[in-house]
Amino acid sequence: MAEPRYTPTEMMIVAASRLLEDGKTVFTGTGMPILAALLAQKTHAPKLAIIYEAGGMCPATPPTIPLSVGDSMTTYKAIMAASMDYTMSFIQAGYGEYAFLGAAQIDMYGNINTTVIGPHDKPKVRLPGSGGANDFGSLCWRTIILMKQDRRRFVKKLDFLTTPGYLTGPGAREKAGLPRNTGPWRVVTQLGIYGFDDEKKMTLLSIHPNVDIKDIQENSCFPIKIPEKVETTPEPTDEELRILRSLDPYRVVLRK
Amino acid sequence: MEILDEGKGELLGWYDPEEHREWVRKNKCLSMENKVMSLKEAISKFVHDGVYIAMGGFGHVRVPMAAIYEIIRQGKRNLIVSGKTAVHDLDVLIAAGCVSKVEVAYSFGHELRGLSPASRRAVETGKVKVAAEWSNAALQWRFKAAASGLPWIPAYVMLGTDTFKYSAAKIVKDPFTGRPICLIPACFPDIAIIHVHRCDEYGNAQIDGTLVEDFELARAAKRLIITTEEIIPNDKIRDEPWRTCIPYFYVDAVVEVPYGCHPCDMPTCYYFDEEHIAEYLRLTRTEEGTKQYFEKYVYGVDDFNQYLELIGGIGKLNYLKKLEQGRAKFIYPWIQS
Repeated sequence: MAEPRYTPTEMMIVAASRLLEDGKTVFTGTGMPILAALLAQKTHAPKLAIIYEAGGMCPATPPTIPLSVGDSMTTYKAIMAASMDYTMSFIQAGYGEYAFLGAAQIDMYGNINTTVIGPHDKPKVRLPGSGGANDFGSLCWRTIILMKQDRRRFVKKLDFLTTPGYLTGPGAREKAGLPRNTGPWRVVTQLGIYGFDDEKKMTLLSIHPNVDIKDIQENSCFPIKIPEKVETTPEPTDEELRILRSLDPYRVVLRK
Repeated sequence: MEILDEGKGELLGWYDPEEHREWVRKNKCLSMENKVMSLKEAISKFVHDGVYIAMGGFGHVRVPMAAIYEIIRQGKRNLIVSGKTAVHDLDVLIAAGCVSKVEVAYSFGHELRGLSPASRRAVETGKVKVAAEWSNAALQWRFKAAASGLPWIPAYVMLGTDTFKYSAAKIVKDPFTGRPICLIPACFPDIAIIHVHRCDEYGNAQIDGTLVEDFELARAAKRLIITTEEIIPNDKIRDEPWRTCIPYFYVDAVVEVPYGCHPCDMPTCYYFDEEHIAEYLRLTRTEEGTKQYFEKYVYGVDDFNQYLELIGGIGKLNYLKKLEQGRAKFIYPWIQS
């Protein structure tokens, strides 16, 4: 059998990059999100402004991908080396369009957990905590969650609600005091792309090539709404793959 | 103001601003004096068992590693650490047994390198207690409130989440909008240690690259140790006063430690020493390996210069400088490990 032309990780990054509209701001974390944002810049969104929470604003493509959202690569030929107070105030004032988030667990309303598996006081696995995720998920207009999908990660009930999705459904964010018209916009996994319907529940928008429709529900503990007609995500083009691989020459992220 | 909800986390480092003002008047030196001292002296004078400590930089970027090794060498215990994106700095302190409590915005992880084995072990076995959870914006705004001499700062973060429930913040009904808003309490750390690119002997300091939270943290902490790549004449500071981000008023000690951030990234100077970090991450997977690491790199050396020899000396340091300039090949040994 021939080598597959791309990996599931590459499919996820390409799918995520296509979601980003040109001329907007995007806040990214390390790993896949940085590659998605850089790929968008190199393809359809040259005026996409990449911003890192530690203060790096609009860096040029760095010689290697940042290992930290505060390392030197985040200010490589940037327009400003600001501070965290600066970037967080920027998004609180409405300047943050997109933010990428990762998660250890997600529920059907797009709430996510990056704090702890098991009870908080007696953790089975202690994870790093919110970091900037809660801030992005609270303050950016449209958050995109990029994560692997399986039954351990797509759960009925989170062990810990670190970052707000739609909380308990329509109106819950506003009731809690979060800025209106914000929230999770898309979820991208190795199987497909999801959005949220009027009830703020996760809904399949498109399925990646060669993925069986059964896999969507089988890899989730909560019900995912699947419309009658489902689109297929276009495969990564050769050009997208070439650029993506050039952005991570040491395959720090892509080897996963 | 009507209180709608209260987090159950422990409120650390908070004082009534009135109390803090009086403490400042009594204890801070407002005249420009020479503050230069050795690292040994600075740590023994200002870092005491059980204090609340915050490190400048960003966890593994511009962190005061030389000072951290000295804290370990002096056997400080029961530190309460601000996990304001704490990465290598906190992990090393935890691995060495110096820490009893952490408040967490981002901790116990090494960003792209994965989770920190030593910290995970300490938290999962209950050796280190997580006293409160915060978001990054919330924890650094604690310093902004303190720097402004205020008891709290309002923000639209943490609302509706468990992060709030485990924080020490409160949600109130905002008297202006009528909507719920989160009040983030000030935090006045007992001690902050910030590594900078250059400062004069009085502590007037310049930082290249992002400031992260240090603009606020320097003013929030009661005591502040500045470690610096180099000490420059006061005249140079006065040539470009707009570059000063920390003025001497806040500074209690100035320590010159070239490469004082190794093995972490010092923007514009030297990049991560991934070989060393990989060795650390590998060894700290076990208690025995952890012991080995500290025997070799901390207890086994008299000072930071000996440590720099041990990690590869001038050859290694030159390579890290070239990496920072994008003129050498990057390596990621932890990928295989």
